[in-house]
Amino acid sequence: MASITTVPTLAGGSSWSLAMAFVERQTNLWKRYWGWELVWLLYGLVNTLAVTLIAEQIGQQGGASPEAAQELVLFLLIGTLVWAYLSAVLDDISLVVQWERWEGTIEHTLMAPVPRSLHLLGMSVFGILHGSIRTFLIFAIALLFFDVDFSQADWLGAVSVIAIGSVSVAGLAVLAGVLPLLYPERGGQMSLMVQASLLLVSGVYYEVEVLPAWLQVFSFFSPATYILDGIRGAIIDGDSISELGRELGALAIFGVALIPLSLVAFTWAESYAKKTGKLKRQG
Amino acid sequence: MRDLALEVINLSKGFGGARWPKRKTAVSAVNHVSLRVNRGEIFGVIGANGSGKSTLIRMISTLLTPDEGYIGVFGMNVQKEELRVRRLINRVSPDPSFFRVMSAQENLLFFARIYGIEPKEIKRRAAEILDKLNMGDRLSEPLLNLSRGQQQKVAVARAFLTSPVLMLLDEPTTGLDPHSKRDVQEFVVEVREKHDATILLTTHDMDEAERLCDRITFLAGGRIVAEGTPLELRMQAAHGRPLEDVSMETVFLELTGKRIEEDEEVLVNG
Repeated sequence: MASITTVPTLAGGSSWSLAMAFVERQTNLWKRYWGWELVWLLYGLVNTLAVTLIAEQIGQQGGASPEAAQELVLFLLIGTLVWAYLSAVLDDISLVVQWERWEGTIEHTLMAPVPRSLHLLGMSVFGILHGSIRTFLIFAIALLFFDVDFSQADWLGAVSVIAIGSVSVAGLAVLAGVLPLLYPERGGQMSLMVQASLLLVSGVYYEVEVLPAWLQVFSFFSPATYILDGIRGAIIDGDSISELGRELGALAIFGVALIPLSLVAFTWAESYAKKTGKLKRQG
Repeated sequence: MRDLALEVINLSKGFGGARWPKRKTAVSAVNHVSLRVNRGEIFGVIGANGSGKSTLIRMISTLLTPDEGYIGVFGMNVQKEELRVRRLINRVSPDPSFFRVMSAQENLLFFARIYGIEPKEIKRRAAEILDKLNMGDRLSEPLLNLSRGQQQKVAVARAFLTSPVLMLLDEPTTGLDPHSKRDVQEFVVEVREKHDATILLTTHDMDEAERLCDRITFLAGGRIVAEGTPLELRMQAAHGRPLEDVSMETVFLELTGKRIEEDEEVLVNG
């Protein structure tokens, strides 16, 4: 207790260490809530299998040539896996406020001397790692069910798309996480609606061209559209990084725009919640 | 003149009300409150539930923005130098507020790491503080398996782990059994006697306030109605009676004109 006589330093730890505290905390929660993790893993797996098996049926019933059916299997498999990843990342980050309200810890976390940018960075790093592990497991198990040909795949291109795309998805998730700060009672549901909208317009299970023209407009503004296009291009058509310039460029622009925008929005919303007393209120 | 640890000037906060056609404040939680707390003091804020104690603490903790007024912590403006002030303060709330599925150790590691303290140092300090609080060795169990008293002791440890120079204790012993209450109170006294910490303590336990506090302020309906040392407050309310016949509850009743429960009733009934 001699340390209490010491006036604390104002800097307080390296930035990376502060961000990593959130990764460590989320990992501990993840381990303790392992039952829920298992449920979400199974749900993701069942969704992947259920949707991709539709392509198998089309092939078996002669609705498409063997090559086209094979491509459709890969198209849907990629769509479901990318969605499993994106929804895990969006959930983990956008629940930054909601989760702490449930636990009752929000005030103690938000009054700590951590810049909000590092807080959100930590949550984003965990979300991306968590989403990657869950999606890899689903992918590994799903491969047992389908005979797919990855001989064309350019894995470096696919990884580049997911890496750059994850930055913009993190920005989008932080923006969705702002909603529970503004609307304690309905913000959580509103965050889920953001996810649902992305699912509809981004071409997860179909090409965006099949959408009505007015809905296609929204697909241009969804980073998920470019992530899906890029990964399908890399894995189905073997597009290299240089051939993925359109998707990587769009994702980089989204990242550059969304990260500062989401930080500004979160800071503003936190300030609003502190003015109106909404920080503590339960949803 | 002693160093000022905390200075609150003309602080007000209201909640709710219509936005249109003109924004109106429906409930005034803190109403033009001013107070000064010297470095090394234990300063008590006594009031019923709903009197504005927790709102005052939340504003000092940077968790609520005042409608008007100034809060200075060691000369730093709480609104303008938020991050610097946060490093100097910590808080114990009436609810332990933890990640209940995580162990005490995991919670303490997280909540101290975000104050920039190294894990090794956290473990050393946590063991020391929890030992003084007679916590035993249940650090690795999920907090939901611990009693309310044990959880609150972990909450006290969490707050003192970060070596705050201004500690905000918001009803830290509410709901505790007498044994746990005594452990927490003794720890607070020890911190005051041996270490350079200033403590703002809110409570509606009159005996606790009298035992721990150097000075006390009474808050009723969001306003300060009396302030002084426990002895000064007794003298104000004695009206010729022997001081030993004047309990702090009597003092509160005399000086605020209310029972300790009354503000709560007013708030509940709108």
